Amino acid sequence: MPDLPQPTDEDVDVVIIGAGPAGLTLAHALGELNIENVLVVDRDTQPGGVPRYSDHHGYGLRDLRQPLRGPIYAGHLALRAVKGGARIMTEATVTDINATMRTIEVTAPSGRVTIKAKVIVIATGCRERPRAARLVPGTRPAGVFTTGWLQRLVHLQHGSPGKRALIVGAEHVSYSAVLTLRHAKCSIVAMVTERSRHDSFTAFNIGARARWRFPLLTQTTVTGILGDHQVTGVQIQDAKGRTKVLNCDNVVFTGDWISENELARRAGLVIDPGTGGPAVDARLATSAPGIFAIGNVLHPAATADICALDGAHAAAGIADFLSAPGSWPTRSLRLRTEGPIDWVSPNLLPPAARTAARGKVLVQFNERRRLPRLEVVQGGARLWSGYLPWGIPTRPVPISDSWLAAVSATGPDPILRVLP
Amino acid sequence: MEQTFDVAVIGGGAVGCAIASALVRESLQVVLLEAAIDVGAGTSKANTAIWHTGFDAKPGTLEARLVTRGHRLLTERQADFGWPLERTGALLVAWDADQLSRLNSIIANAQANGYSQVEVKSASQVYELEPNLGTGALGGLLVPDEGLLDPWSIVIALATDFVVNGGTLRRKAAVTGAMRAAGAHELQTSTGSVRATWVINAAGLNSDVVDRLLGHDGFTITPRRGQLIVFDKLARQLITHVILPVPTATTKGVLVSPTVYGNVLLGPTAEDLTDKSATGTTAEGLATLVAKGRAIMPSLMAEEVTATYSGLRAASEHSDYCYDVFPDQYVRVGGIRSTGISSALAIAEHVVADLRERGVKMAGLAAPITVQIPNLAESRMRPYQDAARIAADPAYGRVLCLCERVSLGEVRDALTSPVPASDLDGLRRRTRALAGRCQGFHCGAMITEMTSAWSGHSHA
Ligand SMILES: Cc1cc2nc3c(=O)[nH]c(=O)nc-3n(C[C@H](O)[C@H](O)[C@H](O)COP(=O)(O)OP(=O)(O)OC[C@H]3O[C@@H](n4cnc5c(N)ncnc54)[C@H](O)[C@@H]3O)c2cc1C
Ligand SMILES: Cc1cc2nc3c(=O)[nH]c(=O)nc-3n(C[C@H](O)[C@H](O)[C@H](O)COP(=O)(O)OP(=O)(O)OC[C@H]3O[C@@H](n4cnc5c(N)ncnc54)[C@H](O)[C@@H]3O)c2cc1C
Repeated sequence: MPDLPQPTDEDVDVVIIGAGPAGLTLAHALGELNIENVLVVDRDTQPGGVPRYSDHHGYGLRDLRQPLRGPIYAGHLALRAVKGGARIMTEATVTDINATMRTIEVTAPSGRVTIKAKVIVIATGCRERPRAARLVPGTRPAGVFTTGWLQRLVHLQHGSPGKRALIVGAEHVSYSAVLTLRHAKCSIVAMVTERSRHDSFTAFNIGARARWRFPLLTQTTVTGILGDHQVTGVQIQDAKGRTKVLNCDNVVFTGDWISENELARRAGLVIDPGTGGPAVDARLATSAPGIFAIGNVLHPAATADICALDGAHAAAGIADFLSAPGSWPTRSLRLRTEGPIDWVSPNLLPPAARTAARGKVLVQFNERRRLPRLEVVQGGARLWSGYLPWGIPTRPVPISDSWLAAVSATGPDPILRVLP
Repeated sequence: MEQTFDVAVIGGGAVGCAIASALVRESLQVVLLEAAIDVGAGTSKANTAIWHTGFDAKPGTLEARLVTRGHRLLTERQADFGWPLERTGALLVAWDADQLSRLNSIIANAQANGYSQVEVKSASQVYELEPNLGTGALGGLLVPDEGLLDPWSIVIALATDFVVNGGTLRRKAAVTGAMRAAGAHELQTSTGSVRATWVINAAGLNSDVVDRLLGHDGFTITPRRGQLIVFDKLARQLITHVILPVPTATTKGVLVSPTVYGNVLLGPTAEDLTDKSATGTTAEGLATLVAKGRAIMPSLMAEEVTATYSGLRAASEHSDYCYDVFPDQYVRVGGIRSTGISSALAIAEHVVADLRERGVKMAGLAAPITVQIPNLAESRMRPYQDAARIAADPAYGRVLCLCERVSLGEVRDALTSPVPASDLDGLRRRTRALAGRCQGFHCGAMITEMTSAWSGHSHA
């Protein structure tokens, strides 16, 4: 792919950490604004991020307006970024950020380098919560995966997870795991979720289960992994406390996303308690001047096209910063939440930021709600209120950003709340 | 059966590897027999990794003496092997009046063990030392010489030392039977028989079984399980010392400790079991730890969990190590319960002295080979940070495991070293690959493939 920078310290205008849909789309958008000297660094062997190994349809709808398979989508975004003038450095791992100096430390086969940038963009994505972090007890045999591991195993390594899988979780990505398992000729013993129903599209659920005939066990907890060297089964418990063992030789833990926030935390950025990612304003600027963040590091996990459109949106704010870095407003309000809300993004509110990516603010519920009514208030004033078609855990839902312009910079922190 | 070894060591944990390495450095012909696919895969891989001073051991016991000596030997041999040690100090925290009243007897106990550096701390001093402690600490003791060690590297370093200095390591060789013939022991193993003049039993949890195979019947091991939770590296900044509970009559309690790898540990539980293979975690055990963790350090519980595991202490009915030398050329080194990593080098020194006393001819190797163990500790430079090393070999610049920053060069080295990793677990202990927060989300598939390609094993 593109030429590697020399293993000497170097200066760039914009360095983007992460060549996923968000980072690659930003690189392209910066090219459109004639911002030169843009470098994208990614630790993987090739650019593309998650879609590179998520080999099924469903990518590119909102951003490219065409349905594409993941790897094709990833390849397209990478090519477009390079054509726009960006350089992509792969096999390059960013191990630290200094927010004040605006430098990053990079380890690559070509050397260990420090890169100085006028703007640093964190686009490191998110990961699924693995078995241990969910405190699932039992032994530690082989055959315990996340969807990310599974898809790389099947689509990049052409390996096999086993013959009989249990899927933990029932959200969008869980059905992505179904497709990958079937591609690998692995049957599905069951899909289990602690919630009272699945959280994906009805069509996905009915379609997948009718075609491959596996049960969806709701209100069910995984209470133990069994097996010495290889998984031999999984113990589950239903809502009434009854336990049973399902025989299987692998388990896939899906979803339950965590922001890949290590660099943001090491940089000392303000972290949003809801998303776990860096707090950002509507321009996708973080709490530190010159440091931006885009994609699923901000909102784990939206679909890839929404991450890409973050990238497209952030270009304007970055261009503003580059043209007048000294006059960047830093004081900001936090957007607080009340009610069954996991997180909201963006969540910093300085006065200069008036429109969000796609004109939307993303909200994720942690409880199922039909036709929920929400409002944004600041002090005594109601800035906005409106209905949503639904609130579904694990599925970010957009609300209007029209109220951003009404936020008073000198007022208290605004609150987004779900009305009873 | 061609060769008669001078010594056969049964069990390749910290203790067996230390003994084997010490004996081979005395120019003896030594075979080390390990049942598992790898050394250090028993209790030595699953513990709390504290570098104990022995301040709290029972005075007058062999254990007290050997832990104190072992603590020092780990420092003395550090230059040869390169294993990390961090002298963080331990802070015993009293959370109620009963615990507070026990502090004096703990100081007296330490003094009886020859350790007089324990310092009394008031409640406010305790919070100055560890500001993130939960509310309710009444006071404590600082034990400045307690610290952190790297149990994985210690075992690998000693096993490597043994092999490069001429020892014969046989993995997947479980001792299943023993006879005496013509003044020597004939050991049956799962992969052939072995003849040796002396036998040393360092079989950990199975040391009682092996004891009986050898015609003795000195003790019974009751596995005492300890479950632990490992927190994300981002939690490391919350804590400075090993935070120890004050042991009470009923329990030794749960500690919170940093690790040399840069994580934070919470544990262990103490559960007496009968099954020596019950190294799983339980919902109950983890829930107990979470509740304790919330009280000791609430902010820790907001961090992500990286791993959970459990280890089995080889507890016996005796309150000391089960150590004896028998006339039938047998050394029993069993029941090394909860201090064996710290004491391993001293146990080995003790065995060497006892064999010498019994007329075993020894002569230090003229030119022992020393091999530095690759560094897994965060307190020292890791290969990914080492510009010169990457320039000399770009494989150290190719980071495979992002969370733990493990390079291709390190993985390659671990798979091709004198005591190579033969499965994923062994690779993890040698490099930390896959031991990080994502637990394989990013690199699991690639690293599994590499391991099986190099070692010729399928995913294990
Ligand atoms: C298994 C799976 C299936 C999915 N299926 C779908 C789907 O069908 N449709 C859909 O729309 N969405 C899907 N998603 C969600 C979505 O594709 C991803 O979350 C999306 O790719 C996020 O884009 P991103 O650019 O924010 O991050 P990512 O695509 O995750 O890209 C982040 C990049 O940053 C790099 N990186 C991270 N840390 C560093 C570092 N320290 N140094 C250098 N580089 C670094 C990574 O290597 C990676 O390439 C799926 C997600 C997963 C995990
Ligand atoms: C929860 C917990 C916390 C602990 N914390 C600490 C601490 O902080 N600091 C410290 O110093 N110590 C600690 N310990 C104790 C320490 O881990 C042990 O004392 C030490 O690992 C014992 O080493 P070993 O070589 O005797 O046993 P092991 O490591 O168990 O090795 C014995 C080996 O013998 C092999 N074996 C068994 N039977 C046979 C056979 N028939 N043939 C061949 N091989 C056989 C096994 O496979 C095994 O590898 C802790 C222990 C636990 C469980």
